[in-house]
Amino acid sequence: MNAKRMDKLATAIIGILVGIVVLILISLIGYILVTGIPHISWHFLTSPSQAFLEGGGIGDQLFNSFYLLILTLLISFPIALGAGIYLFEYAPKNWVTNTIRVAIEVLSSLPSVVVGLFGFLLFVVQFKLGFSILSGAIALTFFNLPLLTRSIENSLAAVPKLQREAGLALGFSRWQTILGVIFPEALPGILTAIILSAGRIFGEAAALIYTAGQSAPMLNYANWNPFSPTSPLNPMRPAETLAVHIWKINSEGIMPDASAVSAGASAVLILAVLIFNFSARWAGNRIYRKVTASK
Amino acid sequence: MKTYSLTENYIHKFDSTKTTIGLATEDLQVFYGDYHAMYDGNLQFPKHAITAMIGASGSGKSTFLRCLNRMNDDIATVQGKIFYQGIDINASNINVYEMRKHVGMVFQRPNPFAKSIFQNIAYPLKKAGIKNKTELKQRVEKSLKQAALWDEVKDDLKRSALALSGGQQQRLCIARALAMNPDVLLLDEPASALDPISTGKLEQALHDLQQQYTIIMVTHSMQQASRISDYTAFFHMGHVIEFDRTENIFTKPHIQATEDYISGNFG
Amino acid sequence: MKNLDEIKRQLTKSSKATRQDRYGRIIAFICTFIIGLLVAAIFYLVASRGLATFFENHVSAWDFFTKQDWNPGQVSKNGTPEVGALPMIVGSFSVTVLSALLATPFAIAMALFMTEIAPKRGQKILQPVIELLVGIPSVVYGFVGLTIVVPVVRKLVGGTGFGILAGTIVLFIMVLPTITSMYVDSLRSVPRFYREASLALGATRWQTIYKVVLRASVPGLLTAIIFGMARAFGEALAVQMVIGNASLLPHNLISPASTLTSVLTTGMGNTVMGTLPNNALWSLALILLLMSLAFNLIVRLIGRKGRLTK
Repeated sequence: MNAKRMDKLATAIIGILVGIVVLILISLIGYILVTGIPHISWHFLTSPSQAFLEGGGIGDQLFNSFYLLILTLLISFPIALGAGIYLFEYAPKNWVTNTIRVAIEVLSSLPSVVVGLFGFLLFVVQFKLGFSILSGAIALTFFNLPLLTRSIENSLAAVPKLQREAGLALGFSRWQTILGVIFPEALPGILTAIILSAGRIFGEAAALIYTAGQSAPMLNYANWNPFSPTSPLNPMRPAETLAVHIWKINSEGIMPDASAVSAGASAVLILAVLIFNFSARWAGNRIYRKVTASK
Repeated sequence: MKTYSLTENYIHKFDSTKTTIGLATEDLQVFYGDYHAMYDGNLQFPKHAITAMIGASGSGKSTFLRCLNRMNDDIATVQGKIFYQGIDINASNINVYEMRKHVGMVFQRPNPFAKSIFQNIAYPLKKAGIKNKTELKQRVEKSLKQAALWDEVKDDLKRSALALSGGQQQRLCIARALAMNPDVLLLDEPASALDPISTGKLEQALHDLQQQYTIIMVTHSMQQASRISDYTAFFHMGHVIEFDRTENIFTKPHIQATEDYISGNFG
Repeated sequence: MKNLDEIKRQLTKSSKATRQDRYGRIIAFICTFIIGLLVAAIFYLVASRGLATFFENHVSAWDFFTKQDWNPGQVSKNGTPEVGALPMIVGSFSVTVLSALLATPFAIAMALFMTEIAPKRGQKILQPVIELLVGIPSVVYGFVGLTIVVPVVRKLVGGTGFGILAGTIVLFIMVLPTITSMYVDSLRSVPRFYREASLALGATRWQTIYKVVLRASVPGLLTAIIFGMARAFGEALAVQMVIGNASLLPHNLISPASTLTSVLTTGMGNTVMGTLPNNALWSLALILLLMSLAFNLIVRLIGRKGRLTK
């Protein structure tokens, strides 16, 4: 076969393989949305789930997912920011820094089920926090920290070195330079990183099964006292999230409409992730324009 | 390439009773790891004058300049002494951040903050403890006038500094440095990224400023050095070869290397 | 004029800025240290639990890795507990290797399309495709696997549909974006002039890709595949939902099987802390941990070798 025909053939094969992947994605998302969206209703989104009967909703799970997401970000963002700043600005080039960098890399590649089990062992069992939102948020923090730290460090490093020198030459300390000059300029990148990590947290289930638990006790949405066991805000109550719910009803669900509920819940999950992805891009651009005040 | 003696040099010494010295170095040496980038630099920079530092790229002139307000601390080892007001500011007990308020610096490429024109100047002032709004406004205006930028931006101080032209950005950086009330102003090839018209404005601004400051600038343009500087130092391979009044350097240099460099027969 | 002594005092005393800098540095270091500590704690705790099977319950490590019967709650005929993890180990490695093998050609095609064949259009279409594939939560993959892949496998191939094959197919889609995006990065780092030199010599695009670009990016491809395998090896729920969860040594691709992660997720809730059945599960977690470390190590080795040959 001559070179020209080989070239055409190879290009065609590549095109076919790419086409298959795109087709898989389209049918995947299409399937979830087509089977799921008909089940989504106001009732479905707001009412509690049913263990044995038809017609259960995902209201509590949805709330739990968002509550857990917010708590996780509240814990992990300050730590990741501090670590990102240290690694970018202060870390001396020595074996301690190297070891920590390797540790972060290892942590980022640990299976989430192992991170979840560690959280179970340390917080649920050892510290006696029980299956609780707090344990879940801490486990998700572990799962989120390495990637968020790395993307924050990258966003800081993407700000030109000249900006740092500008700050230092005006008599700013490194800390002032970081907070006053570098951080505002890195903000769009950091925000994008946070939103993307939110998508990851929102869909994570393996790390939560043994930390936040697999049960959704009755909640009273009129009760905003965080210490009351029926209050949705109580961080010490077990909380099944949307992702865990999908896993649970597919593994051992006995309600008659299990597949309809999981289709609906999957569609909600996918829509949420899509929204996170799009808003990450949109917010990144917008804030960048605002910070630099250019049009 | 001709090789020149690196030990042969001519350094003009000032009579300290007649000339006030703004900044002086004693045996300044710079190492990047094992690489010896600057050898025993001994220079005195007179007050209220512009000193230009010229030399081929890699001759050590930028390295030398960046040592003067210790911008090289993180990347190089700097030995020797730098005297400012009789104090060795290269000593370890010096508060570098305070020192840099006395010895300001402007860089090769304009680097305004991603803030408004006003905030570019006001923000560092606020960080330095000036909270009074009227004073902030006054100092912003004064420094912009000093840097000959006021007329171009006075109606639009809220605009992003990044929307300015390169030349305007560079003058804004000068204004920002001046607003801190330094004694010494270091400039690292401030015009290298600018077009001729912007360069002219910048040089005019510097000329007006020399009455009040000790200005030290690195330049790769000999014309620029001869146009605006009072003194010139010629650097070659990490050594200061010659330092004298600018007219002497350009008309009757003492050292062969200097003569070859300014006449274009170098290397 | 400023007073000389005043200036000297200013220049030598510490200021608010230096103090802030010191505190900031300490806080930032503590944050970093927390992460380091966390990793150490994970390794210590999981290892101490996982090793208890061998040191406290005196299970032979040889039996653990070679025996096929997993029944830690019961004692076998010869009086020792049945903790043979071989079925899970085989299960984990089979789905990992098979899914990586299946995904690699697709990933190469995707990456080549994005970098060599249609850089602009490819990037525009395929980048969101990759991001979406990464973004879909693993339980959703599991759910789709359960409702589509398993029935299809049952119909076309036979058996119950649950098993290694279903797990492989689900994981294939999950590791595809990982391998693709990493390989794209590595293709982009192949210098432009390599391609230009080859094209200028009259080579066709495919010859250039095949003889120049692909060869220069072999270490990058290996790294990408290892990362994909690491993801597949550690994936828990999606696999658990379609693999059938039978702790039997798989005889073929369509008989129900299990992986380390699937046994962990289903078993951990049904055992009592400190007992052998529980410790045995932690031993499985320890294997997962060590494998993830091994994948990391391999990536590092490839990185080092790749640099040497340049």
